[in-house]
Amino acid sequence: MTGTPATRDIHAYLAELEDIPGTRVFTAARARRGYHINQFAMSLMKPENRARFHADERAYLDEWPISEEAKAALLARDYNALLDMGGNVYFLSKLFSSDGIPFAEAVSTMTDMTFPEYREMMLKGGRSPEGLRSIKGGY
Amino acid sequence: MARITAGVGSSHVPLMGVAVDQGKTRDDYFGPIFAGYDWTREWEAQQKPDVIVLVYNDHASAFDMKIVPTFAIGCGEHYKPADEGWGPRPVPDVEGHADLAWHIAQSLILDDFDMTIINEMDVDHGLTVPLSMMFGTPEKWPAKIVPLAVNVVTYPVPSGNRCWLLGEAIRRAVESFPEDLNVQIWGTGGMSHQLQGPRAGLLNREWDNRFLDLMIGDSDAARWIPHIEYLRETGSEGIEMVMWLIMRGALGPRTRLLHRHYHIPCSNTAIGHIVLEPA
Repeated sequence: MTGTPATRDIHAYLAELEDIPGTRVFTAARARRGYHINQFAMSLMKPENRARFHADERAYLDEWPISEEAKAALLARDYNALLDMGGNVYFLSKLFSSDGIPFAEAVSTMTDMTFPEYREMMLKGGRSPEGLRSIKGGY
Repeated sequence: MARITAGVGSSHVPLMGVAVDQGKTRDDYFGPIFAGYDWTREWEAQQKPDVIVLVYNDHASAFDMKIVPTFAIGCGEHYKPADEGWGPRPVPDVEGHADLAWHIAQSLILDDFDMTIINEMDVDHGLTVPLSMMFGTPEKWPAKIVPLAVNVVTYPVPSGNRCWLLGEAIRRAVESFPEDLNVQIWGTGGMSHQLQGPRAGLLNREWDNRFLDLMIGDSDAARWIPHIEYLRETGSEGIEMVMWLIMRGALGPRTRLLHRHYHIPCSNTAIGHIVLEPA
């Protein structure tokens, strides 16, 4: 809250977004890379698509122009890998919702904690930003 | 003449909607969250606003990646609660105010804000959870709604200053509407939360409360907070707080605090709530 205007240099702006530990900001580059992953996830909003997907996940995924690597991550529900490949959590939530997994539990799988440990951390005030604000700055 | 009489800020965590829909709002977990809204529900019942300009974001419900509007305004007659993957919330349909919405849309475009017009869409928890928090569980929502959807998912999202300026333009638009209407503006989302990656679960009570402080009085410092500060300090989804700046900008140069509430946690998120009036 420094009272300075937002940066107007797009390169500096985008570089800063990559400087946050354990975070994949949904930049245009990620949105482009993950387009079909996210649109696949969106398709699970329809009950008939959910039924088809759960009947044969691999066959359903093969209908989409998604890389083998991303298909493997989707089948394994490896959400951190999917974030790296341009998945966005609001879209991926359609996948874990269709699995019947609550939001917080799915989120906990991206951390180094079990769901009970994660829930306990949240009840105690959540994760402190201390030391997790900047990779370069280390603060 | 229509006028903006008050502004409300509130989180819109989906789990709060689940608590309402399943009747759990007074249990040990949700009780302290909902107690902070009791004042507001009584106040809203007295205020009887005609229309709410409700600033929120869609969470991959009405919009997917095919089209990503930065600022979009609902000009339809009515909206249904979205099916977000577990069936639509059992809440009333949302009634629009097409006359005011079209008036605001036209005014904003003439005022250099190139709005996307929405005639048909479903509205997700971002819009219906604040209605439940402020109005409880009525048969019919007691106010008409002008939905204003902001892209806070795909970067770059609009700057804080742009949001503030949009709020100022909304106020001018409302005040040039000839009908005598009591209009409130609500800014929703936040506060600190991160729903992704190894840093998930980040909360920041101190920063959030400084942000609430900045909503009150004549400071406009909040409009200059850069995106990177929200991201570093409040988590990747804390960026939703830029939507509160549209509400704050619409209240004019100075505000008076009517009510304030903060609670940690609700699911992954810090709950913040504030009620302001122009001063």
